[in-house]
Amino acid sequence: MMATLIDQPLLAALTALLGLGALFGALLGFAAIRFRVEGNPISEQINALLPQTQCGQCGYPGCRPYSEAIAEGDAINKCPPGGEETIQALADLLDVEAQPLDAEHGVEKEPVVALIREDECIGCTKCIQACPVDAILGAAKVMHTVIADECTGCDLCIEPCPVDCIDLVPRKSGVGFWHWPLPADRAPRFDVIATDAAARDAA
Amino acid sequence: MRTVHDIHGGIHPPERKALSRPGELTDAPIPAQLVMPLRQHLGVPAQPTVEVGDTVLGDQQIAAAQGVMSVPVHAPTSGTVVAIESRPIAHASGLEDQCIVIETDGHHRCLDAVGTDDWRALDAITLVERIREAGVAGMGGAGFPTAVKLNPGPERPIETLLINGTECEPYITADDTLMQCQADELIEGAQILAHVVSADAILIGIEDNKPDAIAAVEAAIARADADIELATFPTKYPSGGEKQIIEILTGQQVPSGGIPADIGLVCVNPGTAVAAKRAIVDGKPLTHRIVTLTGEALTSPQNVSACLGTPITALMAHAGLNAIAPQRVIHGGPMMGFAVSNLQAPITKITNCLLAPTATELPVPEPAQPCIRCGHCAEACPASLLPQQLYWYARAKDQEQLAEHRLFDCIECGACAYVCPSQIPLVQYYRAAKGQIRDSEQEKRRSDNSRGRFEARQARLEAEAAAREAKRAARKAAAQSKADADGADPIQAAIERAKARKADQDKEPEQTS
Repeated sequence: MMATLIDQPLLAALTALLGLGALFGALLGFAAIRFRVEGNPISEQINALLPQTQCGQCGYPGCRPYSEAIAEGDAINKCPPGGEETIQALADLLDVEAQPLDAEHGVEKEPVVALIREDECIGCTKCIQACPVDAILGAAKVMHTVIADECTGCDLCIEPCPVDCIDLVPRKSGVGFWHWPLPADRAPRFDVIATDAAARDAA
Repeated sequence: MRTVHDIHGGIHPPERKALSRPGELTDAPIPAQLVMPLRQHLGVPAQPTVEVGDTVLGDQQIAAAQGVMSVPVHAPTSGTVVAIESRPIAHASGLEDQCIVIETDGHHRCLDAVGTDDWRALDAITLVERIREAGVAGMGGAGFPTAVKLNPGPERPIETLLINGTECEPYITADDTLMQCQADELIEGAQILAHVVSADAILIGIEDNKPDAIAAVEAAIARADADIELATFPTKYPSGGEKQIIEILTGQQVPSGGIPADIGLVCVNPGTAVAAKRAIVDGKPLTHRIVTLTGEALTSPQNVSACLGTPITALMAHAGLNAIAPQRVIHGGPMMGFAVSNLQAPITKITNCLLAPTATELPVPEPAQPCIRCGHCAEACPASLLPQQLYWYARAKDQEQLAEHRLFDCIECGACAYVCPSQIPLVQYYRAAKGQIRDSEQEKRRSDNSRGRFEARQARLEAEAAAREAKRAARKAAAQSKADADGADPIQAAIERAKARKADQDKEPEQTS
């Protein structure tokens, strides 16, 4: 065997390469099984960027299913609660072009929280079952109330309420939530050169 | 003699402090209505403890602190609560906020004060509690709850209590006046605060443009025979920033993102020290403060001791506001203050100055021009930041780079905007960027929380479904095994039972008819 290989350098090289290939292939195959990653890691990262409203406006039953769909190649512009900011963050993560929000799934709105008009509540527990984050407190035939700090403003509790006693109120109102806005950009247009100024002012 | 260090950057704007005649202090008249905002400090608003129609006495608590980062509010004088509602407040946003409105009765009847001279016998916890109950919040401008500041925790031992008498912002002379008129109270307050934080040394720092205040404090230290060091240092804006005065007087820098207690210091405003003294020794809550009323649009600029809650219009009228001349009234100083949108708004614990300049004195800023990258701002920045870089990143909303360039070390002093030849409102960019970053951090926390709750609910629903499924399977198995034991087909048996019942029903009508 060895003698044949020494006589036939081409065969020897071929055997060595084949042997190495088989060895590394086996190693890779072993690693793929031994260190298998549960789920799609990119969908975890996508999920971390989604606003976790769990509202289902994207057409999926929650943020995690949508993140999995994006990882499979679905569009990134179906999340109205996240808005432009989330689309931009997803575009950066996935290295794709940012698209404007898909109006079919809704428009970007002020963040809201649900508020139960408590004296009208009949205690039917329907909203409790609808709430995706268990933010509604109550029991059968007693008043329910929303834990405002936990409410995501997904509006899934509005529809099931038989007496329409749930309102969505702005979450961020008042002095405590205010911060300075960026100054209005009053600078003259940067691309105008001095000699064009007269033409611009005339226009 | 203490070695005085220099800070990076800084500017020398015209001081204009003589205008308000520092050192003369009068009481402002008590207005017919006092509007007491529930949020006069940094943190959570207080919760009203009175109702509309209640009669209140001076020094009575009308709103209680809500948690640790909060301070109570007290009535400055006697009267009747006529409303608890949203009113305009002195805030950069121009928004309204919850206020307790008191119609004053002019008798100024007050609760009996219970104070003690023997505060050295009390422990720190009792004293901090009394300071909290008296509603003391930092009076230099930020309104940080003083009781929180006095509790740096056991892992941060305090060596020095620093009284910051710098008052470096132009026009303002409230602290200058306080140090001249209430120097003895200041010294006792400083001793109380040092006792509370168990500081070994007390250091009072005053800028050298206030010789009268320096003399008054020196005399008071001699009178009290106290072991207090008085340090003076050259005038420069913004030496009065907490981190700046610490660097000037100790040569040490407060670590980025840290607090002075990290290097063994607690730094308070002289007004806060006096308020602490009154809380402990006189048993009086914080209901009044010294306000500088100044600007060329006033016929008699002056310092007054005013009730908290006094509407700005009342104070402007008291100082003789020239109704035609003023373009705006600025709350705070010309560098860090903001224009008040509604003069019905009241003064609060943080109102050190109301500035009514004429249009020639402080013209409305001209439109910003493009940044020419001259670098003057970087030379002026007392925090050694790169303002022009921060400006670009704030425009681009690049939060990562803003953090990288230490946006949160910016003290918003306005030195960069002051020297900017293009008149770019740089500080507003930084304030907006800070707000956006805080917002998105909060949203991130919220969404992490929601994700946890959503997943917990999913897991619960799945577990419930699995339990139901298991129960069903168990029932089915039990029925199957029973059927196997009986040797009969359960379905067939059920069909036969149903048939028998139907036959019974068919028979019944025949019997009755």
